[in-house]
Amino acid sequence: MISELTRGERRLALAVLTAVAILGLALAVAGRGDILAVHGGLIMASAVVLMFFVISGYYAPEPGEERFAQYYDTPTKAGVVLAMIWAVIGMGVGDWVAWLLVYPEMTFDAAWASFGRLRPVHTSGVIFGFGGNALIATSFHVLQRTSRARLPDQFSPWFVLIGYNLFCLLAASGYLLGITQSKEYAEPEWYADLWLVVVWVVYFSIYLRTLMRRQEPHIYVANWYYMAFILVVAILHIVNNLAVPISFGSAKSYSAFAGVQDAMTQWWYGHNAVAFFLTAGFLGMMYYYLPKRAGRPVFSYRMGILGFWGITFMYMWAGSHHLHYTALPQWVQTLGMTFSVMLIVPSWLAAANALLTLNGAWDKVRDDATLRFMMLAVVFYGLSTFEGSFMSIRAVNSLSHYTDWTVGHVHAGALGWVALITFGSIYAVVPWIWKQPSMYSNKLVEAHFWLSLAGTLIYVFAMWNSGIIQGLMWRTYSEGGTLAYSFIDSLVAMRPYYIARAIGGGFFAVGAVIGLYNVWMTIRQASAERAEAPDAPVVPALARSLQAGE
Amino acid sequence: MFGIHQKLERNAIGFVIAIIVVSSIGGFMEIAPLFTIHETVEEAPDMRLYTPLEVAGRNIYIREGCYACHSQMIRTLRDDVERYGPYSLAVESKYDHPMLWGSKRTGPDLARVGGKYSDAWHVAHLINPRDVVPESIMPGYRWLAETPLKVDDLSLHLAAQRKVGVPYTDEMIANAAADAYGQAMPDSPFAAGVTARYGDATNVRAFDGQPDRLTEMDALVAYLQVLGRLTDAPYQQTASTEGAKP
Repeated sequence: MISELTRGERRLALAVLTAVAILGLALAVAGRGDILAVHGGLIMASAVVLMFFVISGYYAPEPGEERFAQYYDTPTKAGVVLAMIWAVIGMGVGDWVAWLLVYPEMTFDAAWASFGRLRPVHTSGVIFGFGGNALIATSFHVLQRTSRARLPDQFSPWFVLIGYNLFCLLAASGYLLGITQSKEYAEPEWYADLWLVVVWVVYFSIYLRTLMRRQEPHIYVANWYYMAFILVVAILHIVNNLAVPISFGSAKSYSAFAGVQDAMTQWWYGHNAVAFFLTAGFLGMMYYYLPKRAGRPVFSYRMGILGFWGITFMYMWAGSHHLHYTALPQWVQTLGMTFSVMLIVPSWLAAANALLTLNGAWDKVRDDATLRFMMLAVVFYGLSTFEGSFMSIRAVNSLSHYTDWTVGHVHAGALGWVALITFGSIYAVVPWIWKQPSMYSNKLVEAHFWLSLAGTLIYVFAMWNSGIIQGLMWRTYSEGGTLAYSFIDSLVAMRPYYIARAIGGGFFAVGAVIGLYNVWMTIRQASAERAEAPDAPVVPALARSLQAGE
Repeated sequence: MFGIHQKLERNAIGFVIAIIVVSSIGGFMEIAPLFTIHETVEEAPDMRLYTPLEVAGRNIYIREGCYACHSQMIRTLRDDVERYGPYSLAVESKYDHPMLWGSKRTGPDLARVGGKYSDAWHVAHLINPRDVVPESIMPGYRWLAETPLKVDDLSLHLAAQRKVGVPYTDEMIANAAADAYGQAMPDSPFAAGVTARYGDATNVRAFDGQPDRLTEMDALVAYLQVLGRLTDAPYQQTASTEGAKP
């Protein structure tokens, strides 16, 4: 990895790592007596370990000019592996907390093991760890191919990937230590948020610098979505996380907003994290890997345009549907509901465009589990966007809100759409970049597919049942005009569904473990091949002439 | 229209600007007016501030992720109001940085839990929820009763909140640590200052049942007991609009 960096980039890496180590030290010193010191130490330790790594390869020969003849895929390789590792962690913790709702005593009297601290490890682990790494890795791959341009340099992609994973590490370890600002899906505290801004600016600059050097006149639709993902997540992240730390020696901060304004800002962020992190970025993935794998051109250019701008414009209005019947002014609730219902149009345009792309390739869908992953993802995307529009209607929301139905809806999207399109894309991209004819085992891909489908269905059906039963029990009146059920009655009724959900989630998590194993074995297969031919020259013709000359 | 787009998608900078403009409209139209339209937040002249002990308790509530399972927002629905009490007003969370309205009721809503149970019930419930509610699936928080509360930075907490708009006075900020002790130790010399600064309605009690120690349990129970009790406005609102809401 270091041998791929030029001498100047190695120096730059050392300078940046020194700066990060000093920042970590400063946080650790300023935060002595506070939990912040732990994170300061963690930042410093990460930087120092990486410095040793850079120094150990510092005198390796520099990469030659021939590197410009190839795309730069090593960061994509690392990102894919990191995404799969985070998938196992995030989904494993998710299944663990699902079991905690069945067996609440399994916290061992330890603060870090309680549901409230582990739940954000699950949500951040899957959204940011798994989803984010997959987006970064695939975006580098797609960007280069669709622009016919190499990444601008070798240092900045590593900065983005490693810096982003440092953010994920600070987030997950922080929750266990009790560091959170309680904003859902934006829990990390001020210093981690600032660090993510730095990482994100470099990420955007990579995108822009590569696009500026593209050999294709048009920017491909996948890149529109990846750019919307990068830009809008930046806007959302900065506004929602505006806060005043109590001091530079403390992890604790207070949000700039309060009450109703904070609620609206939070759900403007929260719902658009779904829109631009979990939808736009993954639509970018879909628009490249699905047509490539199917060997079919995208069905409609115009549907692509309408879908893209519809999603970019309308989603940003939809957040207030999380706040129906609350103290938020009704005009905002109504606007949110209206736009949420309208969102079905661009969402289904994107889904239909993908499914129609598969016309003429349905035999491949039947035979190829990788393509089937992507096809099923699009089906779940269509289903969960329909369900989302439906649940945003005020009358429906009065039943569904605060219940497990919301949890089921989120997982129909997160498991059915986000995770499946990611697994499909990873199974497509891994053999390509490691130059293998296929994955290590196609049977394991098949097994992963059926585990994922079974797990998602069990999960979603369990939560539909529990959510609707919960909602109905809360509003049922006895003949005497009093509430028929106590809260605890509704909780007791949930138990069988919580067991079913944990089993379904378990299926899904086991699938991720199989996926990680399969990716790992494919990489081993690739490196074994390289080891068998140790000094094999790059150009076969040249090799033959050398042998002839002996 | 598609012709224009053909030009747009050849221009990276133009595309970036278009994304930023198109995506910014929704948030701007929905969020900015909430700061300027006066009726968004009701008037409640009797609205009290959280005491330093309650602030500390609120931060424990945040730290432990209680908001993941408990909402603090009673909707304007008949069954919500009959189960939990008068529906929540915007003014009640006007000093909540951040708000803790929540999004899921794995456990019941807590917006009006203040005064509903005794301190002893809360302590027993937090130590092991199944001792008082056998069917509960809430985790136990036994260690809270043994962990001393960190008070040395409470002044910083109040000062930071003043920066974002909570009207703490200099005196409140300067006495934050003493007031935290006083509120949980009614027999100590610090107790009188708490009601003087935060009002006579402030709860001054040994919340965790140990009058000689200030623990995280004191802070969390003090916070839970003040939920829904910072202003009378929601109770008056319900009286005047009784039956008007579905």
